[in-house]
Amino acid sequence: MTTMSAQEARDDGPLLTATGISHSYGDRIGCRDVTLDLWPGEVLGVVGESGSGKTTLLNCLSARFIPAAGALNYLLRTGETADVYAMGEAERRMLMRTDWGFVHQNPRDGLRMGVSAGANVGERLMAVGARHYGAIREQVTDWLGRVEMDLGRIDDLPTQFSGGMQQRVQIARNLVSGPRLVFMDEPTGGLDVSVQARLLDLLRGLTNDLGLSAVIVTHDLAVARLLSHRLMVMRRGEVVEQGLTDQVLDDPQHAYTQLLVSSVLQT
Amino acid sequence: MTAPATAQDSGYNFAYLDEQTKRMVRRAILKAVAIPGHQVPFGSREMPLPYGWGTGGIQVTASIIGLADVLKVIDQGADDTTNAVSIRRFFARTAGIATTEKTEDATVIQTRHRIPEMNLRDDQIIVYQVPIPEPLRWLEARETETRKMHGLADYGVMHVKLYEDIAKYGHIETSYDYPVLINGRYLMSPSPIPKFDNPKMHEMGALQLFGAGREKRIYAIPPYTRVESLDFEDHPFQVQTWGAVCAICGDGESFLDEVITDDQGGSMYICSDTDHCGRRVVAGHKGPGGPEEST
Repeated sequence: MTTMSAQEARDDGPLLTATGISHSYGDRIGCRDVTLDLWPGEVLGVVGESGSGKTTLLNCLSARFIPAAGALNYLLRTGETADVYAMGEAERRMLMRTDWGFVHQNPRDGLRMGVSAGANVGERLMAVGARHYGAIREQVTDWLGRVEMDLGRIDDLPTQFSGGMQQRVQIARNLVSGPRLVFMDEPTGGLDVSVQARLLDLLRGLTNDLGLSAVIVTHDLAVARLLSHRLMVMRRGEVVEQGLTDQVLDDPQHAYTQLLVSSVLQT
Repeated sequence: MTAPATAQDSGYNFAYLDEQTKRMVRRAILKAVAIPGHQVPFGSREMPLPYGWGTGGIQVTASIIGLADVLKVIDQGADDTTNAVSIRRFFARTAGIATTEKTEDATVIQTRHRIPEMNLRDDQIIVYQVPIPEPLRWLEARETETRKMHGLADYGVMHVKLYEDIAKYGHIETSYDYPVLINGRYLMSPSPIPKFDNPKMHEMGALQLFGAGREKRIYAIPPYTRVESLDFEDHPFQVQTWGAVCAICGDGESFLDEVITDDQGGSMYICSDTDHCGRRVVAGHKGPGGPEEST
C-alpha cells in the first residue's frame, strides 16, 4: 500500500522543483543559479563551508524570503503544482504550517520561549483551527513521546531545558501537523556528540517512518552521510558538485569537494 | 445625582480639544466603526492628565460630545472614585455640559474597567479607556508582525495563551482583558474589563468606542454586532461567580468587589456598579450588611 502510494507520488513528479534560484545581498552573492528537484521521501543534504550560501539557499527554498530570481514549484496534496513565490501571503503561511516544517539551528529561533513545551507543539494545531483542548493535548503528548521527551516536563518552559531537549521540542513542533517536507538548518549544530548521535538517530527514524522529504543544511559531513540520500556541495554561492551521498563523499570529483572531504579528521 | 449644565470655563475650546483635532479623531472613529474591531491609528494629543489615566477615552469623548449630551463617567464601576470624579469635572468645566451618575440618563458613558450592569440602549455611546489595544502584544512583540497577523486573520497563537492557562490551572484563568472576536473577523482586546462583562458586549445596543491615548489607537464595535469570547470546545467560556451577595443591596447577580474591612481578614462583598447598587437600595432591597454592622 505504502509502496504503491510512493510509486504514484513518483509518477506525479518531484515534490519541490527549484529553477535558477539566485539571490545576492548588494554586491555579495548569496547563491547563484541553483536548480534542483526534490522527490517525495528523499532527503537532500547541502554541505559547504561557512558563507557558501547554504542558509541563503535554504531560506529561498522554504520561501522564508523570495529571491531576486528563480522559480519554486511545489506539488500540493491535491496533485496540483503551486508556484510558491506567486502565492498570496495567507496561502503561503498556511502551507508553511501544515505541509512544511522548518527546524532552526538555534531552537530559540524556532520556539516561543515564553510558553510551555506543550503549547509550543500545540500551536500549529491551534493555528489551523483545532479547538478541542483534550484532543490537542493528546496529540502533543504523543509527539513529545515520539521525540523521547520526559512527559513530566510537558508544561515546563523551553528556557528550563537543555539545548538538546529544546531541539527535540522544536522537531516535535514541526512534525505535529504531519508535514510532507521539512527544512533543517544545522539541526545538530552546537550539541555535544552523544546528544547529537541520539538526535540523528531520531531524525533518521522519523524521516524513514513518515516518508518525509527533507532538505538538510549542514557543514558536518558525518551528519550529511548519515541522514541524506543525495548531496549538494556549495561554494561561493554555487553548486559545485552533486550526486548520491556515498558517491560524492567517497569519490569526490571537484577540487573543492576533495579538499572538504580530506579535511575531516581521520581517527 | 444629575448635575445640570453649567457655564463653560473661559479660555478653552469646547471640550478642551481644538476643532481640527476633534475632526481628526472623528475620522478615525468613522473608520473604526466601518471596520469593527480593527485598530485605527490616530494623532493622540497631550492631555492634562498622565498616560494610563484615560487620555485615549477622554479624547474620544471630547470629539463626540455635544452641548445636549449628558455624561456619566465610571472607574471600576463606581461614579465616585478619583478618576471618574476628575474626568467628569473636566468635561463639566471645559464643555459646560450636564453630568449624571444614572446610567439610564446618560447619553455618553466613559468607563474604565467595567460595563454598567444595566442594558445600554442604541441612543447611548460607551467609551472605554484602553491601556494596551493589541491583544496579541504579550505573545508577539513586533508591531509589524501583529499587523500582518490581523491582516491575515492569523489568530492561532491567541489560543496558545488559553491552552497555557488550562495546562497550568486546569481552567482558563484569564479573568480580565479576555480576548474577543468581533463579527467573526478581528481579534480585539475588550480593554481590562472583567470577563464577567464580555457577554454584555455581544449585540449591545449602544455604540462601543475604545481609545488608547499612549498607544494612539482607536477601535469600535457598532451596535448589535457579534462579539465572541475565545474558548475551547471542552473548556467553554465562563464568567466569574462569587458564591456571595452584595452586603449593601443583596444582589447575587452583579459583579462584586471584595472589600477588606479590618486587619483580621474580615471582608465584605459589594456591587462594583455603584449606580446599580444604589438603585436597588432605593427599591427596598437589603443585603446582609458588612461586618461592622454585625459587631
